[in-house]
Amino acid sequence: MSEVAVVGFAQSPVGVREDATTSGVEMLVPTIAEAFGACGLTKSDIGFWCSGSSDYLAGRAFSFVSAVDAIGAVPPTMESHVEMDGAWALYEAWVKLLTGDADIALAYGFGKSSGAELRRVMALQLDPYLVAPLWPDSVSVAALQARLGLEAGRWTEKDMAEVAARSRAAAASNPAAQVSGQVAAADLLARPYVAEPLRAHDCAPVGDGAAVVIIASAARARELCERPAWITGFAHRTDSGSLGARDLLAVPSAAGAWSAAGGGSGAWVDVAELHAPFTHQEILLREAMGLGDGVTVSPSGGALCGNPMFAAGLARIGEAARAVMSGRAGRALGHATSGPALQQNLVCVMSGSGEA
Amino acid sequence: MTQPATAPLRAPLDIEFDYTRSLGPVLSQFMAALAERRILGARGADGRVHAPPFEYDPVTAEPPGDLLPVGPEGAVLSWSWMPEPLADQPLAVPFAWALIRLDGADTALLHAVDAGSAAAMRTGLRVRPRWAAARTGSIRDIACFEPSDGAADDDPDTGSAEVNPGMTITPVRLHYMHTASPGESFYLRGLAGHRLLGQRDGVPTREEVELSESGTVTTFCIVNVGYPGQKVTPPYVAAQILLDGADIAFGHLVLGCDASEVRMGMRVRAVWGDEGVSHFEPNGEADAPYESYERFM
Repeated sequence: MSEVAVVGFAQSPVGVREDATTSGVEMLVPTIAEAFGACGLTKSDIGFWCSGSSDYLAGRAFSFVSAVDAIGAVPPTMESHVEMDGAWALYEAWVKLLTGDADIALAYGFGKSSGAELRRVMALQLDPYLVAPLWPDSVSVAALQARLGLEAGRWTEKDMAEVAARSRAAAASNPAAQVSGQVAAADLLARPYVAEPLRAHDCAPVGDGAAVVIIASAARARELCERPAWITGFAHRTDSGSLGARDLLAVPSAAGAWSAAGGGSGAWVDVAELHAPFTHQEILLREAMGLGDGVTVSPSGGALCGNPMFAAGLARIGEAARAVMSGRAGRALGHATSGPALQQNLVCVMSGSGEA
Repeated sequence: MTQPATAPLRAPLDIEFDYTRSLGPVLSQFMAALAERRILGARGADGRVHAPPFEYDPVTAEPPGDLLPVGPEGAVLSWSWMPEPLADQPLAVPFAWALIRLDGADTALLHAVDAGSAAAMRTGLRVRPRWAAARTGSIRDIACFEPSDGAADDDPDTGSAEVNPGMTITPVRLHYMHTASPGESFYLRGLAGHRLLGQRDGVPTREEVELSESGTVTTFCIVNVGYPGQKVTPPYVAAQILLDGADIAFGHLVLGCDASEVRMGMRVRAVWGDEGVSHFEPNGEADAPYESYERFM
């Protein structure tokens, strides 16, 4: 039986925010307030806070310390940070609750992607000796992976466009989405390449945003939420940092995380919110994790319709939790990725019954 | 500025820094060989040859044995097209990024290919390195790869190599457009008019408060350590200053007296410079009693 549940989720609208700073405070304050409002909590109820963000994206040192302004540094509180997507901050918060050190924890992620030259900044996550000095940008690296799959017959450019079209149609019901609407895959395919073989619709838009997820121990979860999303499995894995030495068409870290979180033969979910910033990566993830046609993938529109750096993975878990809390799903998984070409992957499985 | 007077302020920020990295035993050999126009790989316990070499075998975690020459030619495994190169990339004209399996290797190297056009690129294309003229022991000693016609590479080396053994330097230049929040913009516009402005609590803050130019040192430190770009000569004082009428202290310099004279409770006033408050200096008033600022420490 699960010991910890997601009881709250909120995210800011995703887009280019002229009024928001790289500290994230302007995006975080209303988002945290919304999450608190939904479950009747205040700051003093939170026993542990954990955030995910990046100084390279913010363009200043210790930028996450400024973000603490959004939660208040006085009175002193128990707080931590990961230089990764907020999904990994949630993982740390989950471990904290399992230790019994806190009953309620809040994880947040934020990124002002539009303030930096995102494609260049992302080169700094690559091997600092052999790769980063060449400044390969994030879109070009993903494009190398996309072509491998195209030429191996794993997918077609039409398959990729159909992922984009389906995602945008789904995002029409997501008020946080940056792009949404009905579009035909054929029309998308008529548009030019931005990094052949990728077109604009194959790449997540550059947007700013924040996401907040609140988790609680079993003793508190039921009083805070009518139908908590019980965490039945939570795991993350990483593949080699050497792009040229790993098989870019296999994602063992995604398969491994899913397996460790309860996936595998006989496992089922109704909804899978996948953090796939590029269309072909959704196809890769579905295959790696063995998600069949019975699984509704990214009903929020996914990262292709809003990908605020360091918040989008946490938002996938939040959206999956929301599907469970609303009763739309009996069991759902939220996935987050980090690193180039799906190098690192995290899976959080949640259910309404708490049964694994 | 063409922005309305209430719009958030924005300004570019350019950051430059060099990463000076020690290379360790394996990459030192690899980089030194690049400076001599040679490429080295490492054979793993499973027999596969990695190029670039691994530092620890991905299967056994052991360091590699003797490195072995690979390439210099190879074949493209995958590629993408860069129609508008970004700053600091290997080429300023449109080029291909490619995963290149060098002859004799089982893994791939990521680099640029100067192919002229996307139409000239294909998976399987044979490529060879184009060496940089001035080599330093860096992955950029390979300027890029170029399509190979299969002829032997007898291009004479007219370049130079100057290697700092065991080290590599990577310059980093990043460009940002920083925006200030509405509250920060209000404060900064006040400074431009030589006024110190605050805002009263609120979410978001709305009520504006004009503050005194005088305040109290709540705590301070004496800076004795120099750093590049430092504008004030050590020793000098960095203090937290609680402006009269404010409930939060903020950091600034206290100059205009010997550093040893600065103390908690000292009364100071703002001195205006070209960019807002230059520093604070003693204003001659009697020290504030501890009880008046202890809540704001």
